[in-house]
Amino acid sequence: MSAARVGVVTFPGTLDDQDAARAVRHAGGEAVPLWHADADLKGVDAVFLPGGFSYGDYLRCGAISRFAPLMEELIPAARAGLPVLGTCNGFQILCEAHLLPGALMRNAGLHYICRDQGIRVESTATPWTADFAEGQEIVLPIKHGEGRYVADEATLAALEAGGQVVFRYAGGNPNGSLNDIAGIRNEAGNVVGLMPHPEHAVEDLTGAPSTDGRAFFTSILKKLVNA
Amino acid sequence: MARVIVDVMLKPEILDAQGQAIARALPRLGFSGVSAVRQGKRFEVELDGPADEAAISDVRKMAETLLANTVIEDFTVTVAE
Repeated sequence: MSAARVGVVTFPGTLDDQDAARAVRHAGGEAVPLWHADADLKGVDAVFLPGGFSYGDYLRCGAISRFAPLMEELIPAARAGLPVLGTCNGFQILCEAHLLPGALMRNAGLHYICRDQGIRVESTATPWTADFAEGQEIVLPIKHGEGRYVADEATLAALEAGGQVVFRYAGGNPNGSLNDIAGIRNEAGNVVGLMPHPEHAVEDLTGAPSTDGRAFFTSILKKLVNA
Repeated sequence: MARVIVDVMLKPEILDAQGQAIARALPRLGFSGVSAVRQGKRFEVELDGPADEAAISDVRKMAETLLANTVIEDFTVTVAE
């Protein structure tokens, strides 16, 4: 059986694509590089939108990336059910693309934060989190200046009622996100975005705080193999 | 040739951490009597032609599509005198 193919998108200014591709391979998948300027998803089974500073974060984080030729292909595919995970800048892009509700704003404390962060897994009902246990506390690196999740009251209430909050900060809210939200999913559950970085926490060797990030990649690969 | 101004401001209910930091800095610089500051963006859009109804409607579309994120921001469109 051939390995499941997970696309990893590179925009100008993306930083974490190599780690993301490595994490996919580490879990036994095939990482397929996707270029922002190509309107071609190369038939991948899932897409990882990595972090960084795509298009220099000009205008707003993710605002310009959202209109890249690749995104014009990805947006309808995600709406049709393609599993998509966005971390950090990837999460910001998913919000700008309206694949996820709300927006990410400058941290309440204004500082760029780079640290190991406790995260509570609130939902395992996504193709990216099935290998976690509900309520499980994990540790992942965070590194962002604009990670404060905001949404209007109605949207926030709908997210909570619909079980769409997938991750919450544990042991302190680093950036002022409403309801301690670290990550959410869309209504269908196939699109997930979070500020923390699972792709940096898959191997002991790289000095990550944990290998808790592995479960994101094992979750999606199992899901694709069993699909 | 006309110039159209798009002003983008955070919605009133959204915390403006940068505006707050500016407001806190002002007294240190000797400026008193400021109760709050909110920070926004201003875009000056130069048109090839006149700022007629169609052109302004286009600018409004630009603002909705790209210049502002209407999830968190409001915008106004005005024609520069």
